[in-house]
Amino acid sequence: MDNLVWIFISALLVNNFVFFYFLGLCPFFGVSGKLETAFRLGVASTFVMLITALCTWFLNTYILIYAPYLRLITFIVVIASTVQLVEMIIKKFSPTLFRALGIFLPLITTNCAILGFAIFATNRGYGLVEGIVYALGAGGGFTLALILMAGLREENELSEVPNVMKGTAMSLIIAGILSLAFMGFSGLFSS
Amino acid sequence: MPASSANAYDEFIKGIWKENPVFVHVLGMCPMLAVTNSAINGIAMGVATFFVLLGSSILVSLFKDVIPKPVRISSYIIIIATFVTVADYSLLALFPEVHKELGAFVPLIVVNCMILGRQEAFASKNSVGLAAVDAIGTAIGFLLALFILGGLREILGNGSLFGFSLFGPHFEPWVVMLLPPGGFIMLGLILLFFNWLAEKKERLVNLPLENGN
Repeated sequence: MDNLVWIFISALLVNNFVFFYFLGLCPFFGVSGKLETAFRLGVASTFVMLITALCTWFLNTYILIYAPYLRLITFIVVIASTVQLVEMIIKKFSPTLFRALGIFLPLITTNCAILGFAIFATNRGYGLVEGIVYALGAGGGFTLALILMAGLREENELSEVPNVMKGTAMSLIIAGILSLAFMGFSGLFSS
Repeated sequence: MPASSANAYDEFIKGIWKENPVFVHVLGMCPMLAVTNSAINGIAMGVATFFVLLGSSILVSLFKDVIPKPVRISSYIIIIATFVTVADYSLLALFPEVHKELGAFVPLIVVNCMILGRQEAFASKNSVGLAAVDAIGTAIGFLLALFILGGLREILGNGSLFGFSLFGPHFEPWVVMLLPPGGFIMLGLILLFFNWLAEKKERLVNLPLENGN
């Protein structure tokens, strides 16, 4: 149990996917302009991560032990088809949620946080339960990062900044400061 | 100079400077920030990306008439994933230490949006030769960006370049530059510099007009 809590907190705060591993930066800088869309994208990504956790565990245990060199190709195909499948299921059973997520569902395929999650979970040899907890932590951390950034950006739109600072340059420096703050969490597990 | 070779030269230079994938388009950030804590890691990542981009551009350009339109993106991704697997295993066999440093970030080249972007925007519409030239130009631009970022972070954070000490024993290392926040801040500062350069150039171009009025 302790181990599971550790995995969750570590993925959520200490080794946050965005601020520690630099994963999922494209949606982080591209999409996180509004608080609400940022939240929805985060939830959708967490959902895909959960399903990816199930799939990678199954593949790793039953299929890829015979052909480890096919890992990367299999993962990317599985993620792409999972995203399509999830899209179809949501469209069928909950049109409201489908409309709310909109364009973000297909975009998740090229989100490196998902593939990164699958590779990290495999490299660390996580089992099924550990994988699911790791997915929840990583997805939660990603959502948290998106929300923080979106909130800061909404504030920033109202403030006056020099022309050269506008856009990605300022977002990167804000992300650097946030990352600095998140480093403080590493003290949680100093022992 | 015949028109076709002038064209190829343009495509080559464009990727390195005017349309540098990192400093101008801000593409492929994920693998880039994570591995550039030293110049040598940056170069290793750049070389791996070079190989993948060149290989997949040539293959996509060769098969552009065979791949059906609706499944083109998935086909590109599978081609890219194949080359990344080759690069990953070659690196593991030839330079195990570098492979250990780069860790999970070599497989993550697959989702580097820069590579997929070049296939969709260029290789799938042009001849094999032109696609290869474009890939080499873009990859050199990427390599250069990784080297600059990795070099700066290593000099500031460790006082060395390629492992050779630069400032002697009295240098106080700026450790944060080697940690994740340093990556964000350093890239932010470099982009700031490029923005400033662009604005200055624009002002110089507009200056005579303003005086004339």
